[in-house]
Amino acid sequence: MLQMRADLLAFLRTYFAEQSVMEVDPPLLATTSVTDINIESISAQAMGQSCFLQTSPEFFMKRLLASGAGDIYCLGKVFREAEQGSRHNPEFTLLEWYRLDWDEFQLISEVENLVIGAYQSIQNIQIPVSRINYGDCFEQILGIDPHRAKLSALQSLAEEKGYPQWGSETRANCLDLLFTELVEPHLSKGLVTVYDYPACQSALAQTYQDAKGRLVSRRFECFLNGIELANGYFELTDAEQQLQRFQQDIEQRQQTNRPAMSIDAKLDQAMRQGLPSCSGVALGVDRLLMQLSDAQSINEVLAFPWDRC
Amino acid sequence: MGNYSTNEFRSGLKVMLDGDPCSILDNEFVKPGKGQAFNRVKLRNLKTGRVLEKTFKSGESLEGADVLDMDMQYLYEDGDFWYFMEPDTFEQHQATETAVGDAKLWLKEQDTCMVTLYNGSPLSVTPPIHVELEIAETDPGLRGDTAQGGSKPARLVTGATVKVPLFLDQGDVIKVDTRTAEYQGRAKD
Repeated sequence: MLQMRADLLAFLRTYFAEQSVMEVDPPLLATTSVTDINIESISAQAMGQSCFLQTSPEFFMKRLLASGAGDIYCLGKVFREAEQGSRHNPEFTLLEWYRLDWDEFQLISEVENLVIGAYQSIQNIQIPVSRINYGDCFEQILGIDPHRAKLSALQSLAEEKGYPQWGSETRANCLDLLFTELVEPHLSKGLVTVYDYPACQSALAQTYQDAKGRLVSRRFECFLNGIELANGYFELTDAEQQLQRFQQDIEQRQQTNRPAMSIDAKLDQAMRQGLPSCSGVALGVDRLLMQLSDAQSINEVLAFPWDRC
Repeated sequence: MGNYSTNEFRSGLKVMLDGDPCSILDNEFVKPGKGQAFNRVKLRNLKTGRVLEKTFKSGESLEGADVLDMDMQYLYEDGDFWYFMEPDTFEQHQATETAVGDAKLWLKEQDTCMVTLYNGSPLSVTPPIHVELEIAETDPGLRGDTAQGGSKPARLVTGATVKVPLFLDQGDVIKVDTRTAEYQGRAKD
């Protein structure tokens, strides 16, 4: 397993070197972190200040992009509090990269090529790839349009399907539950990319009106054999809109008694200077390794899982 | 009894769900990258034995169930109840037919069983893995057939029916695996 991990890391670095995408290694320890309501940062003390271990290299990478770094990737560790299970470890390896002037579909093609290439290089096998629209697969399986349905309809659907505690949840949480529990199990084998996420789950992605006139997010997720592998955006470059979303996160954190997080002012400043048009994606390397090696638990692909650290 | 949060749910933990004591079999942490975490939990209802799956939001909690597994000696039955004794205190407990369930097919006086107590009364009984019981009734064996490894049904003194090799007769004592109801061999005297 150690060898397979080393081979995969080498394969990834070679791929990006060939594509002239530059490797960067931003800090893991910083005074601010994400405001995402469902991602908790691990706190630390350094230089007499309270700091956070980074949950992703995104903010530092965006600061580099704004300063003209060009196409960049980062292959390193990130940390998320209270995430442990057969597919989660509080410290894990993330591959994140950004492509200037690409839209999300160009980036999806690159994710597909990269994963196909990893399988060929490490296992010498071909895997099937496919793409599906979020709204289409949701509606096919659950009979309801996730973009247009009223919140009360989503809540009743969750209750009806055996999840009474979601009867008063937010739109994003109801959609996540329904998608994860009831749609994901129907995704095909191989690499499946789901695109056009609901607008309420945009995070750092742009939104647009789709062909049916619905406001959707230019966000995609890749699933490998049904397991969430990567999350990408056609990045939001509007600093004002981004700030509003961070402020919404902070309000929601207050309402739900989550730890308060402050806005990363340096990222805001960089975005005001101008983030170039780009798409970015983050891919779980341990999850890819799990699928490459048929592992049932993430612990099988980690030399030192959390329980043994 | 305290409350247990989803991150404390471990296999074997006894909790109350919808008024019934349950034992947790499996707890899977699920979290979409940007989404809310939840737990898919498999539980066995200790009253009905039924296995159910339920999804909890991470951080939800359940009340612990006053359930205790204890080794006890089986004493006797009187038609209504089966009686067990704690080896240290000699305290006796009476178990209903429902609580004893299929274990009654394997209960031999003085054998040690695991009795699960709920609020102090027997909820279920697990017989020893291996028991030695006498054959009460079986067709006479045809000697010489043993080479083919044939078998025949035999009814034991407790009422259980087990497949045994042809050479065994009524009155023989055999060793049985109670988990599979399979013949393990002749008991050594």
